[in-house]
Amino acid sequence: MENYSLLRQFADSWALLALFVFFIGVIAWVFRPGSTKTYRDVADIPFRHDDKPAAQEARQQ
Amino acid sequence: MSNIIKLIVLGAITLFAMMGINFARDLAYQVHAALVMLIAGGLFIWTLRKVGEPVPANPHPQDEYLDGVVRAGVIATAGWGVVGFLAGTFIAFQLAFPVLNFEWAQGFLNFGRLRPLHTSAVIFAFGGNALIASSFYVVQRTSAARLWGGNLAWFVFWGYQIVIVLAATGYLLGSTHAKEYAEPEWYVDWWLTIVWLAYLAVFLGTIIKRKEPHIYVANWFYLSFIVTVAMLHVFNNLAIPVSIWGSKSVQVFSGVQDAMTQWWYGHNAVGFFLTAGFLGMMYYFVPKQAERPVFSYKLSIIHFWALIFLYIWAGPHHLHYTALPDWASTLGMVFSIILWMPSWGGMINGLMTLSGAWDKLRTDPIIRMMVIAIGFYGMSTFEGPMMSIRAVNSLSHYTDWTIGHVHSGALGWNGMITFGALYFLTPRLWNRERLYSLSLVSWHFWLATIGIVLYAASMWVTGIMEGLMWREVDANGFLVNSFADTVAAKFPMYVVRALGGVLYVTGGVIMCYNLWMTVRRSPAVEASAAAAHATPAE
Repeated sequence: MENYSLLRQFADSWALLALFVFFIGVIAWVFRPGSTKTYRDVADIPFRHDDKPAAQEARQQ
Repeated sequence: MSNIIKLIVLGAITLFAMMGINFARDLAYQVHAALVMLIAGGLFIWTLRKVGEPVPANPHPQDEYLDGVVRAGVIATAGWGVVGFLAGTFIAFQLAFPVLNFEWAQGFLNFGRLRPLHTSAVIFAFGGNALIASSFYVVQRTSAARLWGGNLAWFVFWGYQIVIVLAATGYLLGSTHAKEYAEPEWYVDWWLTIVWLAYLAVFLGTIIKRKEPHIYVANWFYLSFIVTVAMLHVFNNLAIPVSIWGSKSVQVFSGVQDAMTQWWYGHNAVGFFLTAGFLGMMYYFVPKQAERPVFSYKLSIIHFWALIFLYIWAGPHHLHYTALPDWASTLGMVFSIILWMPSWGGMINGLMTLSGAWDKLRTDPIIRMMVIAIGFYGMSTFEGPMMSIRAVNSLSHYTDWTIGHVHSGALGWNGMITFGALYFLTPRLWNRERLYSLSLVSWHFWLATIGIVLYAASMWVTGIMEGLMWREVDANGFLVNSFADTVAAKFPMYVVRALGGVLYVTGGVIMCYNLWMTVRRSPAVEASAAAAHATPAE
């Protein structure tokens, strides 16, 4: 099979499937249990450090 | 040591540019070589004068934000904005009154030369500076960290201005790839690639050293815009220079592959430059101005992934009824239509952020500006997919309807959200209590809105009329109208469109005056109040 047909076939089979599964995975991840609380906290990020960066030692992860 | 390296590099560039002036094969290249020589030579002397001077102990204190470059970006955005709007208004009058294509300026200031100047000035100079400046502001605040890379952010700012100046002068002198929104020739492309990678490094570096564990959604949008534009730019500009001493280059792709690459680029310039990047602005500035978090953070994540997954496929809808295979243009059409969902999801998310605070629409002209921007986003992302449907496209393509669509998106969505961001940023960046005048913001709002309405409405009328006139046949199957007939019929709408442009540019000038007076006249935030404000909230 020449390159064009090969790539074309790959694109509309496995690549399509992989991208679709990834996308569904993202949606499932967003609605995982406990996410509402996390996202409520995260949505407040713009209101925290208006004037200067967080202090050096404050990194929590 | 670093000064020595800088001197060597700048000296070499200056010398090379001098040779370029001498060996230049065309006028554009010669002028650009002279510009480059002046810039590099000036920097050489400036650096030379600093050699041996004491360096400040800590030029980049990590407990402060780097805001100087954002201030410069705000000035550049406002300035380039007015230049771009003026150019657009002038070429609108040129279309209505061809006598404005002055005989003495043929080959420099005629419509064909000025049009790319206008599109690039508004998209890349106005929009690009707005994106760079706002992304630098937002990524610092939402990462709680100073910009990474020290003065690299300044390199990005000035490097980008050089791209703009080279592109704009190049268009007037006839140096062009002849690719829509990608007109600059090879050496400008190469320079932009360097600047863009530096931009990516600054942005990503700041995200990597962030103090907030989570990457705020605005940064996702900004990052996707930076990464995708880098990829699009490189692929669409794959070209081999004819000579190192000339501005002409030859595309690597040819025929329909070239067309497809161009519109893959062109549509994603809309999708990632004018949409994803500006959505990053929306997700920060709308919550800030409304003083409440975004309506649904979950929706914002789905919005992001859906948008970037779908947009990248929509390009082929620009090539209906061409040599492009039908399956490809159908694919583009289908993806364009699915795009309705994330676009409207994002619009709802932005608008509903105001829920519970709708009264602000009455009292705060800045939030009004942002809301109408989101409204225009919704309208133009409804219109776009509709126009991508093959049957609709057969009527709309090559007509002024397309121009109207682009401008309702660009003037309404990109312009208005940028104005809102500029009004938000200026008092904060220059430490002012408030804007100089809110009533001037209202004036700007109404002038711009009425200008857009005049523009879009006249382009709908003239576009659909033109499309219908082109396809009109008599009983024997002969075309009824000649091309010149359609041009004559469009005259009144062209005048209305140009007047809409005058209103829009007037609003822009009022904004510049207001921002200027804010910096000059508005009371500064008082030191004690500032200190009280600065105490950490935790």
